[in-house]
Amino acid sequence: MPLLQISQLKKSFITPEGDRHTVVDVSSFKMEDKAQVALSGESGSGKTTLLHLIAGILKPDSGSITLAGREMSALGEPARDRLRATTIGYIFQTFNLLQGYTCLENVLLGMSFGPGVDRDFAKSLLCRVGLEQRLKHYPRQLSTGQQQRVAVARALANQPKLVLADEPTGNLDHKNATESLALIRQACRENAAALLLVTHDRDVLSQFDIVQPLAQINKADDIEEISL
Amino acid sequence: MTLWLIIFRSLRQHALSTIITALSIALAGGLLMSVWTVKEQSRATFTGVNGGFDAVLGARGSKLQLVLNAIFHLEASQGNLAAADYLDIKSNRSVALAIPIAVGDNYHSYRLVGTIPELFDQVEYAPGKHYQLEPGGHFFDPARKEAVVGSFVAQKMGLKIGDTFHPFHGLAFDLNQQHADIFTVVGVLKPSNTPSDRVIWIPLEGIQKMQGHDPKAATDVSAVLVKLRTSSPMAGFRLDQLYNKQGNRLTFAWPIAATIAELFDKIGWFDKVLALVSYLVALVATASILASIYNSMNERRREIAILRALGARRRIIFSAIILEAAAISALGMLVAFVVYLGIMFGAATVIRAETGIVLEPFQFNPVMLWAPAALISLGAFAGVVPAMKAYRTDVAEHLTPIS
Repeated sequence: MPLLQISQLKKSFITPEGDRHTVVDVSSFKMEDKAQVALSGESGSGKTTLLHLIAGILKPDSGSITLAGREMSALGEPARDRLRATTIGYIFQTFNLLQGYTCLENVLLGMSFGPGVDRDFAKSLLCRVGLEQRLKHYPRQLSTGQQQRVAVARALANQPKLVLADEPTGNLDHKNATESLALIRQACRENAAALLLVTHDRDVLSQFDIVQPLAQINKADDIEEISL
Repeated sequence: MTLWLIIFRSLRQHALSTIITALSIALAGGLLMSVWTVKEQSRATFTGVNGGFDAVLGARGSKLQLVLNAIFHLEASQGNLAAADYLDIKSNRSVALAIPIAVGDNYHSYRLVGTIPELFDQVEYAPGKHYQLEPGGHFFDPARKEAVVGSFVAQKMGLKIGDTFHPFHGLAFDLNQQHADIFTVVGVLKPSNTPSDRVIWIPLEGIQKMQGHDPKAATDVSAVLVKLRTSSPMAGFRLDQLYNKQGNRLTFAWPIAATIAELFDKIGWFDKVLALVSYLVALVATASILASIYNSMNERRREIAILRALGARRRIIFSAIILEAAAISALGMLVAFVVYLGIMFGAATVIRAETGIVLEPFQFNPVMLWAPAALISLGAFAGVVPAMKAYRTDVAEHLTPIS
């Protein structure tokens, strides 16, 4: 059974003018356990909305998302939160680190809503991404590349089955982007996590064996017209 | 752990507003606790003070003024009694002990009270407690110009055994009203925590025959402190009938505690106003919690969205805001005890200086439990509105710009 299976998934938004715009319309998408898949798409192609739907942050209008054998659209919000906390790691383009928390605390928060706090594992993750000397540093005290590595460690903190990465190298220079991508892929392999990465960066896409253009799976008409 | 980490970090991130809001809670809580405690302790202490007597006999007038003058050494005397009146009540079979006092002079505003030595050897000013002297002193000889000084007066005026002083005429200090008489301090009382601590005791005749006093009133007394032979209310009731109902020259203030309670009933409105001010300050402080958290919600929403994206449920976010509001109140209430002690020590110092009565800031009062509980609960309640706003935070909207 695939780790992630999407069918007939639709999501639309109401604009301020009151019009309904469909942003995601995916008839079928599958992803196997431990696979590393890149979805290519330009800005406005519904990449983030799709990832939010897979993460259970957004609820689809219709269709189904089955993650690790659980049908997400059938779950209530608390259950989706729980599934996200235990099954999904999320790496954002802007990292979304909590500025008032140390690196270690950011990683601890990544596990505290799921499997529970394990300080040693959190430290080992930060060591793995080369931040063993920065455990008590705050994000503002780190370089952009270092912040990205904290975000990677945090995404793996709950030992997820699936890591979602939304333009993870979008804010990095070429050198950092290359290193960061390699780190994300390697860390996911080491932790037996599948990786679903969305990007429009051709350099990034070129490093994946499986690359799927989002336009092929997302048939929504309005994707270029809405920016939410 | 996670919840407390979120709360602690949020308090730290908003340190300035946390401190200001907590201080407003501290002010409200400290004010509320101190007003309440001063009110209750004052009433209990003042109504409990009777100097070891059941009643006071004085010139016709207000019972309250009579008690304040004779027992608390406050207020002016409302007139004198003839010696015959003193002898009359002294010989009444219901009366176990009658101690005359005479007032009218002071030493730098501290009252000189003339009395007889029986006050010191026959009266228990509180159950089981007689007036005691500091080492080296003795009670005055009624035939000599000697003085026994209350502990507070001795401390404030630096009077010690062997010192001499000129009394001043009147109850208010006036440098031009100095008497020629010279009194010698022969004893200093140990602290009794009663109004006697702020009095200089001299022989009755010392007042009566002070140079410059009216010779025609040389045997008059200001009041008679009365100890009844039995604790039965009938004895007091009979004397009350005799002096207050049948007679019209004298006033018999009995029982003393009930008379003082009248004072507190009369000034009860003042307590209520102070309590009302405290409640209002508490409400304003609580509203400031609501305002400070609510106003910071816009900057918090991204953080809330991140926490939610990490798997935090809405109720965790809701609880974190409620607990943060309660924590601000709790911090404020910790400081409130410092504010309380500050106000209490200030009030106790003033009340002791003015009346001799000692308030105990460290004495437990139930307000020390219910006021923190009430203010922390109010604080938590104030967190409900911003918590609802946090609860409704749209994660996707506040997480990142959607591509």
